[in-house]
Amino acid sequence: MSPRALLNAAVAAALALGAAAHAESEWTCPSGFAGQTLSVYNWTTYIADDTVTNFEAACGVRVIYDTYPGEDDMLARMRQGNPGYDIAVPSDRVVAIMIEEGLLVPVDLDLIPNWGNLDPTFLDLDFDPGNRYSVPYQWGTLGIGYHVGRVGFEVTSWMDMFTYDGPVSWIEDIRAMMGSAAVAMGIDPNTGDPEEIDAIQRFMIDHGSNVVYINQDDGQELLLRGEVDIVVEYSGDIFQIMDECECDDFAFVIPAEGANFWVDNLVIPVGASNVPLAHVFLDYLLDPVVAADIANYTAYGSPNQAAVDAGLIDEELLTNPGIYPDAETEERLFRVLQDSTLEQRYNDAWDELKIFVGR
Amino acid sequence: MAWLVLFFLLPLLFVGVASFMTRGAGGQPIQPWTLDHYQRTFDVFGPVIWRTLGFAALTTALCLMVGYPTAMYIASRQRPAVRLVLLFLVLLPFWTNFLVRTYALITIVQREGLLNEWLVRLGLVQDPVQMLFTPTAVVLGLVYGYLPFMVLPIYAAVERLDRRYVEAANDLGANDWRAFWRVIWPLTLPGVVAGSMLVFIPAIGAFVTPDLMGGTGGLMIGNLVQSQFRGRGNVPLGSAISMVLLVIVFVGVLVYARWGERGDP
Repeated sequence: MSPRALLNAAVAAALALGAAAHAESEWTCPSGFAGQTLSVYNWTTYIADDTVTNFEAACGVRVIYDTYPGEDDMLARMRQGNPGYDIAVPSDRVVAIMIEEGLLVPVDLDLIPNWGNLDPTFLDLDFDPGNRYSVPYQWGTLGIGYHVGRVGFEVTSWMDMFTYDGPVSWIEDIRAMMGSAAVAMGIDPNTGDPEEIDAIQRFMIDHGSNVVYINQDDGQELLLRGEVDIVVEYSGDIFQIMDECECDDFAFVIPAEGANFWVDNLVIPVGASNVPLAHVFLDYLLDPVVAADIANYTAYGSPNQAAVDAGLIDEELLTNPGIYPDAETEERLFRVLQDSTLEQRYNDAWDELKIFVGR
Repeated sequence: MAWLVLFFLLPLLFVGVASFMTRGAGGQPIQPWTLDHYQRTFDVFGPVIWRTLGFAALTTALCLMVGYPTAMYIASRQRPAVRLVLLFLVLLPFWTNFLVRTYALITIVQREGLLNEWLVRLGLVQDPVQMLFTPTAVVLGLVYGYLPFMVLPIYAAVERLDRRYVEAANDLGANDWRAFWRVIWPLTLPGVVAGSMLVFIPAIGAFVTPDLMGGTGGLMIGNLVQSQFRGRGNVPLGSAISMVLLVIVFVGVLVYARWGERGDP
């Protein structure tokens, strides 16, 4: 065997070993970025634990990774002036606000070869026609997580939660939370009618005596600690604790009346300090293996069709109706539509009702 | 002086001006002038202001009830070394981050926490009691956090107290009770007022403790300010609530200036 053949065999063996252990990403970093820094601002528990370190290793860069409990916090910071973040992850509604207020840098799709991996269903949506500013990251629903044993019955609807006799936690996601109450009442979740918004507010105060805490996207922790029996949370956060505890204590349900369905998007905020590297990171996140790792870790829906087709996403996630709802459930999902004239009205109603909920 | 203007008066001026302006796009203050935010502060958030004052007053009273005997006890130890160690123990919690201490307290009072575990084990209650996310939890957290601020000024006042006054009162026929109320209490009153203000004022503006331990029933005015600036980005309303808070605190400082320093022996 010639030295070259020997080397080839060794490489082949190493590759086979690698493939057996774990699907390795074939993504390669464009050259010229070594030593640079990228700042990422994301939701909590919303990326695989090795995504960032792998990117740092592949490109030889340093990543500053910060998290926010709710996107209103992120938005407030960006409005006061971006402190230097290159990537943020707003939902569809907030993407619309940020485009309207000129807070986003256009995304250059030519710099993102992996763009073609995305499912066209998630492209060219109303909040950003032609995806000029945003790249779909993950999607999910806002539903109910609960402790099966403590609650003692199968929760199927928002009314089950609103009338529950025991500690409950709502989430500080104003439009989605009030929209959920609206669908429970049979009102349009995007209503702009002041009387209907008042009615939602009254309904939530009347049905809010069991609310002990309004969580900042940390509802799954309250559930895990036993502090509340029922929590309003984003789907993946509940599936994450169901997966971690390896028990049958918890369940997630998309309520019968309907639920908020959202798409979170990767954007580059105005004031970003390294726009070229931000594009490299966007391309990296759209790699099928990377996207599948994130989806498998966070238990949210992935818009990465290539990852799904290649069988990289765990089967149990793909068949979970709480993550990938069936067609009948999809009918009941609603999106929160951005309307800047309504933002303040909903905020005011929420601030007022918060004073009167609880015991 | 320049420092005071730059970092205190100027920001205060911004907040004061913003509180009279209209909320514009993205929550930034714009013209025209308006009193709406003050009206809203009193009309809508009035209950929270009263609740905040109640929490702060209760915290102060409880700190006094625990802090005064503690300070008396420490000051009355004969050996200076013992006094020093006891004072050190009072200050020791400050060596730990306030958030860490609050989370530690949460692990004790939460529904599946230590306290509930003992209560159930001892058979005092059937099911765990909801303690976290109640007004009681907030006051507990505040008392725990601010107690040293009450103990230290009272300790200073008690230590300065001339023992011979008490002896003289006893010699003239006053029993211990009478000697306390007629001699010790008036002489330590400046320490009591100073300690009370040091507890009352920060307790009014507290937002970490009610945020972590209060839940819906423990919402305080500091949380309202914080949510207006942080999440909503409603700068004018947040500013108006801040100004109201400032006036309340200012009244507290006036009380301190009027009665706190006077009568020093």
